[in-house]
Amino acid sequence: MIKRRPTAIFWAGFAVIMALLIAAPLVLPEFWRRFVTEILIWGLLAMSSDILIGYTGMVSFGHSAFFGLGMYGAAAALLSVKPPNLWLAILYGLAGSAGVALFVAYFSTRLRDIYFAITTLIFAQIFYVIIFTWTEVTGGENGLNFSRPALAIPGLFSMPFTTNTLHWFVLAVVAASYLIVRRITQSPFGMVLQSIRENEPRTRAIGYAVERYKMVAVMLSGLFAGLAGVLYAIQNRFAAPDFVYFLVSGETVIFNVMGGIGTLVGPIVGAAFFLLLREGFSRFFTEYYLIPVGIIFIAMIIFMPQGLLGFARRWLNR
Amino acid sequence: MELVGEFFRAIPYDQILIQTLNGIVTGMILALVASGLTLIFGIMDVVNFAHGELFMLGAYVGVVVLAVSGSFWLALVLATLIVAIIGAALQITTLRPLLGRDPLTTILATFGISLVLQNYALWQFGPVPRKIEEPITGQFTLFYLEYPWYRIMIAALSAAIIGGFWLFLKYGTYGIWIRATTQDRVMAQAMGIPVPWVHTAAFAIGAGMAAASGVLFGPLVGVNHAMGLDWILKGFIVVVVGGMGSLGGSIAASIFISLLEAYASIWVSPAQAGIVSFVVLILTLLFRPTGLFVPTPK
Amino acid sequence: MSAADAASTLVELDDVHTYYGKSHILHGVSLRVGRGEVVGLLGRNGVGKSTTLKTIMGLVNPSRGRVRFQGSAITGMPAHRLARIGIAYVPEDRRIFRLLTVMENLRTGLDRRGVSEARKHELTDKVFAYFPVLAERRAQAGGTLSGGEQQMLAIARAMMLEPKIILLDEPTEGLMPRMVSQIREIIGALHREGVAILLVEQNVPLTLEASQRVYIMEKGLVRHQCAASELNVSDAVIQQYLGV
Repeated sequence: MIKRRPTAIFWAGFAVIMALLIAAPLVLPEFWRRFVTEILIWGLLAMSSDILIGYTGMVSFGHSAFFGLGMYGAAAALLSVKPPNLWLAILYGLAGSAGVALFVAYFSTRLRDIYFAITTLIFAQIFYVIIFTWTEVTGGENGLNFSRPALAIPGLFSMPFTTNTLHWFVLAVVAASYLIVRRITQSPFGMVLQSIRENEPRTRAIGYAVERYKMVAVMLSGLFAGLAGVLYAIQNRFAAPDFVYFLVSGETVIFNVMGGIGTLVGPIVGAAFFLLLREGFSRFFTEYYLIPVGIIFIAMIIFMPQGLLGFARRWLNR
Repeated sequence: MELVGEFFRAIPYDQILIQTLNGIVTGMILALVASGLTLIFGIMDVVNFAHGELFMLGAYVGVVVLAVSGSFWLALVLATLIVAIIGAALQITTLRPLLGRDPLTTILATFGISLVLQNYALWQFGPVPRKIEEPITGQFTLFYLEYPWYRIMIAALSAAIIGGFWLFLKYGTYGIWIRATTQDRVMAQAMGIPVPWVHTAAFAIGAGMAAASGVLFGPLVGVNHAMGLDWILKGFIVVVVGGMGSLGGSIAASIFISLLEAYASIWVSPAQAGIVSFVVLILTLLFRPTGLFVPTPK
Repeated sequence: MSAADAASTLVELDDVHTYYGKSHILHGVSLRVGRGEVVGLLGRNGVGKSTTLKTIMGLVNPSRGRVRFQGSAITGMPAHRLARIGIAYVPEDRRIFRLLTVMENLRTGLDRRGVSEARKHELTDKVFAYFPVLAERRAQAGGTLSGGEQQMLAIARAMMLEPKIILLDEPTEGLMPRMVSQIREIIGALHREGVAILLVEQNVPLTLEASQRVYIMEKGLVRHQCAASELNVSDAVIQQYLGV
């Protein structure tokens, strides 16, 4: 299912999309500028989840924990070190999500399918409860507020983020992440992951240490999810336990399925689609947008199981 | 020696007694919820993410029927029936088309259903919790403590419903059909059992049980659109800890976990006491992954 | 086929192609079983004998060709409907319901609409007469029975459907000689009652003895058919398609 597009076409397409995204904040009104940035951040989260769902065949409902720890990690850095340092925030955030990922990875190696899915769900909730009740450290229900760090390379320059420069920074991070993850999935390592998805017993029989590969996959997935959390913290300047609640994990999986799993780009498209639907339906249904969006989601599972990307692919192939 | 005496004096006996009762009461409701989940999972390998919302819907239908008729019992019966029918409709429209596909799809589909139901309830009833009045008020004295009659009634009713369900499974023709389909779907079909309808009926029964739990639990807390979330998490934990597909196991696990949580709440806050069930799950997965209450396969 | 043949045909396969995923198992199987006939289906492992039975039973759907029962097309009908109109299936690994008691196993076939309590008693009495050991163990869980007893239960269970034809897949596999002759007797008794049987077997002498006609399959096709009386175990045809 994972086709290698001819390289030239890929880079051409990539360049076009990048150009559009770079130009976006210059032409779009204020609201939509932030919107595109948010799509990128959620898209990164969804893409990280695709490493597990689409490539390794492991459904995880725990991404809210990785995302949340990335967010809170960044918050910790931004609150404890003055002046707030961008790179420290990223470092702390990644460390936080890596820690959670390690924890989850340990269990992922011994559990399959539904058990793994339910366990990741429970883990997300464990972290939610800890964050929610450990008010002294995490701010409990109210979360943490902090100021945005400056885009700075110590010793060279420092400038505060504007909406535009923040957008470009996020775009750079997400694009780089995409290219890195893409490289990984196309590497021999990535091939082993896909072979685990196709037929785990057989992969093990051939001689691969399936457990190790799964652990690395979880770590990778967790890292990029945490990175998304850091970006979100920087953009919004707050960290809240709501984002660690398992519903966020569920929405992430929705992005994946809507866009098309196992495609990396699909989840990003899925995130965009979902957020656009939410925007659109919010105009008519206010906060009950999830009713029509949910129904669309269910219909897509039944009638468009390959997601938007799969559907587009088949449509183009006609 | 003095220390030992002090230790025994420090044990909060009355708290423990109350929490034992609370644990049993909550455990029985959880057992009723988990039985439905186990039934659905055992018979068609579907992890019903929407189960908590069926619980919630049951409670809301109970609220409406109670408001219209004034009878708690009518509310209980109608909520069970109506939500069972809704469950059957959901299974036919969204789960039947997914038969034979990756199990991931049913988890996602039921997750989607849960989102729709939650928000539908929020839309129709608003965010303010509703109240279901207890059908019997008053407390009875146990030693020197007072404990509400209604809570004992919940436990008894839940036990009765589960017992009735167990009898149905064991003796009725349809009980045999359900058990046969759970064990070997293909051979059940070859024996003339209409498996697609057995699946629908099982889902409806599970939904009805969840709804009944919702109505029974209603008077203890407010009825609101998010009340199902807690239960679906606990339900999953119970199903895993009790042994996937084992009815007896999930009942035992329900009471076990609820008791532990009740005791824990003597010393920590209820939110933190919730971690107990998570810890039990982790320990079970580490040491007895087939289920705490299921004999380890040789 | 003559008009008389057509009237007496119970089950007919016409150029049936069946796939398992991408594997093309049946390449155009055509055969027929007449009312009350015992027909043997022989062939090496993997030629598609079991798949043929499963196709008739509606457990797999053919991609091409037709299956007819009593003259009407049944291709694609679900198994539970076929069981109700008179086709019973006894699979290769018996597949009795291990956690149900012997009696409950029987009831899966017995509890049908339109069967009176009296008739149900008759049927169970009859089957217990054939298989006394099942009567002894009627309250025991199916999984506790021995292999031979499970085979008997599988056949008894099928008989509860009062079928017009029983699809028997390797009933004597792994059984002791004493049990094998019991199976032989049962086949004979069912035949005398007018129940048709499509018998898939590796045991050639048994098949030739019990059947009126045999088909021999190879690589998803029927290669040879004749009356059972015309064949001997030592015949070249047998050696060709079944020899090691």
